[in-house]
Amino acid sequence: MDEIAVLGVGMHPWGKWGRNFTEYGVAAARDALADAGVDYADVGFVSGAVTVRCGYPGYVAGSTFARALGFTGAQLASSYSACASGATALQVARGQILSGACDVALVVGADTTPKGFLAPNAGDRPDDIDWLRFHLVGATNPVYFGLHARRRIDLYGATTDDFAMVKVKNSRHGAHNPNARFTKEYGLDDVRNSPVVSDPLRLLDICATSDGGAAMVVSSMEWARSQGHRDPVRVAGISTVSPTYPDPVIDLPYLAADSVADPSAPLVGFKESIGTRAYDEAGLGPDDVDVAEVYDLSSAMELDWYEQLGFCGAGEAERLLRDGDTAIGGRLPVNPSGGLGAFGEAVPAQAIAQVCELTWQLRDAAGARQVDGARVGITVNQGLFGHGSSVIVRR
Amino acid sequence: MPAVEGLFTIDDGEPRLIGGRVPGTESYFFPKHLGGADPRVGPVELEEVLLSRRGRVWSYTTSHYPPPPPFVVTAEPYVPITVAAVELEHEKMVVLGQCTTGVGPEDLEVGMEMELTVDTLYSDDDCDYLVWKWRPVAAGSED
Repeated sequence: MDEIAVLGVGMHPWGKWGRNFTEYGVAAARDALADAGVDYADVGFVSGAVTVRCGYPGYVAGSTFARALGFTGAQLASSYSACASGATALQVARGQILSGACDVALVVGADTTPKGFLAPNAGDRPDDIDWLRFHLVGATNPVYFGLHARRRIDLYGATTDDFAMVKVKNSRHGAHNPNARFTKEYGLDDVRNSPVVSDPLRLLDICATSDGGAAMVVSSMEWARSQGHRDPVRVAGISTVSPTYPDPVIDLPYLAADSVADPSAPLVGFKESIGTRAYDEAGLGPDDVDVAEVYDLSSAMELDWYEQLGFCGAGEAERLLRDGDTAIGGRLPVNPSGGLGAFGEAVPAQAIAQVCELTWQLRDAAGARQVDGARVGITVNQGLFGHGSSVIVRR
Repeated sequence: MPAVEGLFTIDDGEPRLIGGRVPGTESYFFPKHLGGADPRVGPVELEEVLLSRRGRVWSYTTSHYPPPPPFVVTAEPYVPITVAAVELEHEKMVVLGQCTTGVGPEDLEVGMEMELTVDTLYSDDDCDYLVWKWRPVAAGSED
């Protein structure tokens, strides 16, 4: 797959600011444009990642951000794929660039989130699986996180302290990140003493929801060179794959996984397939990765991703963590930004924020949380209803 | 009455989930019309099948905070709900469900045999609204 250049990145700090999401997106976009040294008039395509919690302007995020920046006649798109929306918006922008429809694109996502559990929209909708899981089973998002965490304990001998150690590690990373919402360094006892939410996960194992915004300016390699960018960070692979039937793993928002009674059916793990697609596009593998940003909706989920991205075999993630391999200074630092544990989730901005962090890492511009010598980075995330999300950047 | 029609039956005195199957195959779906599709087969009318009543625990968790609407919280103060994901014996399909009252994480482990039952989800002045739930075979079986 041909590469595109990341010319600039920008973020509005995560928090619980309670202001219009457009503000965060515009601030991030202006930062990304300034970082890129790109004139907004040169942007031929604005790719917005959608929020479904902020009314109509959220559904047409591409237009909302473009209008707030000033309409220029640029082409627009708005993408929604839940937590994967940012990667999808980047995917759409890459398609525009590589098809020659534009030279430069602006990718923006931002959200303003309510307090508490994310829940379905109001109204009786018995033909909506997302409504059914809440109504009939009380299956909130943390229920699924708890199910997956419990399997690590019963199958691999993980402990709740292992999960807590992920939070401790990421909080140590996030303490150095000016865009993070939570910059306190937590200890094991802080996690142990926080209330249980979905057994075996405690409050500090589970990510909060946040306000925030993130943006990227991306272009063709030719255009980047024409503007004097000799060695930009490049997007080498993007994965927005769906699961492959039959997927035997139960995941949100479903009431049932696929049946695997038919022995002739192919068995491809969905979460494994997300990274595989990105690796294939980039012509790289797990051994090439220097740094990763993975979706730690729960602390235990970070451990799942180590295995699903091929950093280690099944059941070996706890050892990587305990050995310090995935802390800054280790062999393969994971979530140097602090991850969702330090940010809380701003859904449409989060997958973009992951790429912003890796861009800073690959530019050697991450300050106190810098991963030495990082040349290849991978992000991974999964959106509700079967949306894969992974981006590989390289230098 | 069922809290939502068409997902389970107790007509023959035995609680069973109602699933779909591609005729002549081992491809099952639950709920019948919301369970996806097998891309290897063309357009086909799923046949209605009753799914295995028993299976083994794939995983489990307990919610210590009340879920938001459209869940209906019945007990005040809230009593934590335990949810099990159970792999059905024949269909090899993992299905979520609440566990019956009194079953907690200390009563469960991955691989344990479970069976389906039907219990009250919530009630109003007119009737009880029912849902399927899981319970350990050892604890409640009459077989």
